[in-house]
Amino acid sequence: MFLTPDDQQALWLTVRLACTVTLILLLLGTPIAWWLARAKAWWKGPLSAVVALPLVLPPSVLGFYLLLAMGPNGPVGQLTQALGIGLLPFTFWGLVVASVFYSLPFMVQPLQTAFEAIGARPLEVAATLRASPLDAFFTVVVPLARPGFMTACILTFAHTVGEFGVVLMIGGNIPGVSRVASVQIYDHVEAMEYTDAHRLSAVMLVFAFVVLLALYARRAHVGKND
Amino acid sequence: MLARMTEMTGIQARFLLVWPGFTLDVDLDLPARGVTALFGHSGSGKTTLLRCIAGLERAPHGRLVVNGEVWQDDSHWLPTHKRPLGYVFQEASLFPHLTVLGNLRYGLRRVTGTQRVNLDTAIELLGIGPLLARHPDHLSGGERQRVSIARALALSPRVLLMDEPLAALDLQRKQEILPYLERLHSELDIPVLYVSHAPDEVARLADHIVALEAGRALACGPLGDTLARLDLPIRLGEDAGVVLDAVVAERDAAWHLARVTFPGGSLWVRDGGHALGQTVRVRILARDVSIALHPVSDTSILNCLPATVDQLAPDDHPALMLLRLRLGESPLIARLTQRSAAELGLTPGDKVWVQIKAVALIG
Repeated sequence: MFLTPDDQQALWLTVRLACTVTLILLLLGTPIAWWLARAKAWWKGPLSAVVALPLVLPPSVLGFYLLLAMGPNGPVGQLTQALGIGLLPFTFWGLVVASVFYSLPFMVQPLQTAFEAIGARPLEVAATLRASPLDAFFTVVVPLARPGFMTACILTFAHTVGEFGVVLMIGGNIPGVSRVASVQIYDHVEAMEYTDAHRLSAVMLVFAFVVLLALYARRAHVGKND
Repeated sequence: MLARMTEMTGIQARFLLVWPGFTLDVDLDLPARGVTALFGHSGSGKTTLLRCIAGLERAPHGRLVVNGEVWQDDSHWLPTHKRPLGYVFQEASLFPHLTVLGNLRYGLRRVTGTQRVNLDTAIELLGIGPLLARHPDHLSGGERQRVSIARALALSPRVLLMDEPLAALDLQRKQEILPYLERLHSELDIPVLYVSHAPDEVARLADHIVALEAGRALACGPLGDTLARLDLPIRLGEDAGVVLDAVVAERDAAWHLARVTFPGGSLWVRDGGHALGQTVRVRILARDVSIALHPVSDTSILNCLPATVDQLAPDDHPALMLLRLRLGESPLIARLTQRSAAELGLTPGDKVWVQIKAVALIG
């Protein structure tokens, strides 16, 4: 194997983090996207802005606030201590929480677009065919929005893999706990280990290209079918 | 007690819905049998009324009782998916991710209670057997609408709601579907509420009519009687006229004519190839009916019938008037000039002869 054990550990951690975050965001982002797609209430605008914030904010700003919130004196930190979980910063689950915020728009926005494109009619049809709203969501909306779900998951996964600033702020650089691939590359460069940095960077480059290829090849295929 | 009994069948619908620029305000008692057309121009509120009945739109003030079962009142609201109805939307509403059979089964799997129509009957009635394995994108517009109708029917609905099911189709596709709708009408005992702005569909299919304008019901009643109302002529198309249900009694192969009988007489019409004993529908426009005080023998007009003058009323133009007549139990309306009516001295109760120049066989 041309990667060092440390590099392999960092990659494995990265994959674990991205998978966990994608799964959590799938559960969390779907209802948010659904509400945003269907809502006509005044709070639709403010909620959309909050969801989109991580797109604009420097990751260090987001990481800074999360660090404060999850720290010993922050509200989240007090809660986790009270629950006996301890403090989240510099742990794997701290990274997960931070990444969930950081990647939220990449899950919500493609789903929202997909739900809006479906419109209200299929749900009305399902209701006249005796399907309850929840039933209709899983048997009509989810199948019709499948391309949206694919896009959202791929983007969320890839974006979490590429995360750097938030990780440094919240997770530091602990091998096997919070040292993900992007941080590992940074360390290699800092230590002038350019060969190692090259190898890991090449892996990331190939990964990013394959992900985007999968995304666009699928889009072209969907476009052809229409 | 009588009021209680009438509550048990049919549809009592009272809705008050206020939107910016539109108010729906109706109080209707619709029959539990046959096809009731909700007829009116676009913007008259007919689709909104249908959606209120389906529960797709919620009128804040309303009461809806279907066959004695309360679907909506001040304290009670039954969501759409719990209402035993079938709904056919204007445009194709099939689920694109399911095959035709998958679409048919979608509702069937979720329905509870007794099945009066089974899937095979619905498939057979709409003639969609060969399409079952296909996906909706590979169907024509007419085929898709037939599948939608079968999907709604397969639920054995207590009432079938159809929102301009033919409006999105061209004339040829309409002609393709109309016979299937007529079969539904004659073979199934499910009341149908049929929204339409197309006079030919209403004349062909409806037994009852609710004429809507600006969110209010102008008239509501059996089709023949309502069309023959002079105070409020509902024009199905270019002219006022009546529709009669008749039975084919005789066919004259030599002249390609058929004699159809209705309560009040019989008429010769062009032979449409219908079997003896079959029920057909004929339409007689007011402008095609003329009046004579005595039977006329030397005339080209085949249909001369005795009738009684019922009512006279002015028409749109001051030179013209509308006359309602009774042929036995059946109403008929005629348009003549004020001058002719004065010269003939027509008054209600007079016995006259009507000459009917044209009878259209519409189904």
